[in-house]
Amino acid sequence: MKNNKRSKIDIKHVTRLTNLPVTAAEEKTFETQLSKIIGYIDQIEKGVDTKKVEPTFNVSPNSNVKRPDVAEESLSQKDAIKNSKNIKDGFFETKGVFENE
Amino acid sequence: MNDLTSKSITETIKGLENAEFSKEELNKAYLGRIEKLNSNLNAYLSINDKSEGIPAGIKDLISVKGQRMTCASKVLEDYVPPYNATVIDRLIANKISVIGKTNLDEFAMGSSGENSAYGPTLNPWNTEKVTGGTSSGSACAVAADLCTFALGTDTGGSIRQPASLCGVVGLKPSYGRVSRYGAQAMASSLDQIGPITKTVADARMVFGWISGADGYDSNCINSKLEIQNPKLNTLKGISIGLPKEYFGKGLDREVEKTIKSAIKKLEDLGASTVEINLPHTEYAVAVYYIIMASEVSSNLSRFDGIRFGGNRDLFGSEVKRRIMLGTFALSSGYFDDYFIKAGKVRTLIKQDFEKVFEICDLIAGPVSPTTAWNIGEKIKDPLTMYLSDVYTIPASLAGIPGLSVPCGFANDLPVGLQILGKYLDEETILSVGEIYQSATSWHKKRPKL
Repeated sequence: MKNNKRSKIDIKHVTRLTNLPVTAAEEKTFETQLSKIIGYIDQIEKGVDTKKVEPTFNVSPNSNVKRPDVAEESLSQKDAIKNSKNIKDGFFETKGVFENE
Repeated sequence: MNDLTSKSITETIKGLENAEFSKEELNKAYLGRIEKLNSNLNAYLSINDKSEGIPAGIKDLISVKGQRMTCASKVLEDYVPPYNATVIDRLIANKISVIGKTNLDEFAMGSSGENSAYGPTLNPWNTEKVTGGTSSGSACAVAADLCTFALGTDTGGSIRQPASLCGVVGLKPSYGRVSRYGAQAMASSLDQIGPITKTVADARMVFGWISGADGYDSNCINSKLEIQNPKLNTLKGISIGLPKEYFGKGLDREVEKTIKSAIKKLEDLGASTVEINLPHTEYAVAVYYIIMASEVSSNLSRFDGIRFGGNRDLFGSEVKRRIMLGTFALSSGYFDDYFIKAGKVRTLIKQDFEKVFEICDLIAGPVSPTTAWNIGEKIKDPLTMYLSDVYTIPASLAGIPGLSVPCGFANDLPVGLQILGKYLDEETILSVGEIYQSATSWHKKRPKL
């Protein structure tokens, strides 16, 4: 069936992409709820002819908005890091990106 | 003196100018009322007891320097913004102060106000009912006289719908009218900040204060908006479009009656009406949930627990659901069928409005298909909850302005008339709202608390 792929969401794959820790029970609930929602949104694929229509992703007429290339005052380092719990020597501390390679 | 808290902004400014009361007395009156009522209504998540100007309630996803901002999420339980949002700087410049940060659906995701990690806001007209969402605390605080006015945000109806269900005025400006710098982004092609007020004249005033580009929101329209006295003083010559699709299946009969009598009133005041069609309305909710969720999944990826906030396991379930839906719609193999397709149908929805605005000046109809529902009634069924935004979502997708004006009661609960205008033509919908309010007194009704 041509449209078969759409009614089914691979919840494990999506969870991995979102970086969301989800319990097994949650996974089941989300799968049921999202399948129902996806079943509903599928109507646009079947119901509307858009062959000659360009998509709209922004309704503002603005494009390539620039500002003068002038340095402005910005947040101090102290203010910029004060909401983090992972500070080392005045910097954000993160997990190593290449540690497992 | 004891009715200081029921005054509109205009009346409050006048009272201060004539020295009928002082700013200290004003803030004391509001803080006293908040102290008395907030533990029950849950409109505010934090209070500023040092408020000195005309007191405003600010939705707790708009940054106020030094005051905790939670976005009603456990992720931001102890986040304190190091800067003011542009709208806050502009309010302060107009002698407004923030009296408190108002409750909302977590990260502005919901339709009832129930998705807050800090508990739902209760409807001041009947505390067993929801306020609507997502600007739940803002609408409640204005309706219950816990602030002179409030700011909310509207992505798919989050200003208009709670304003309607709580019996106050709500304005969603055209997309790009107000800078969103300092507001937590939910769906960036849809989000707008706007006022929730006691009168349309107040909404005009606040809108004038906060609109205009600041150089920090690239989608903000540069042209200066002149907010003066209403341009219209009569509805003669004004043509109002009544979309067939907004009066069909699903609309509560009592709400329909109330809306129709409000439209009759506009006709009595000189307006003419014309039946119109917005044929792609039935697809709007589907389009919205694809585009909004896709933008949500991108915007909320910034919450990594490194620079601010806690870990991603602290997100509530509606937030997780939308991140997952958006990630799915953007993922390889589905992108064209969902995200691109939704963008194309969005074009058709926008064109529906452009066509009808060739024959009418504005559109009128209900904000919400029902009055406020019971707390808990829809929370377990996300899709049913989504469908309650069917009349507000199309205008959001098209970027046009919308106003909710109190127009009566159905089932003893407030009903809001929605007035939609042409892109960037807030002037006409505000004028019409003001003329309606000068001839009616629904906006003067207050809940018994």
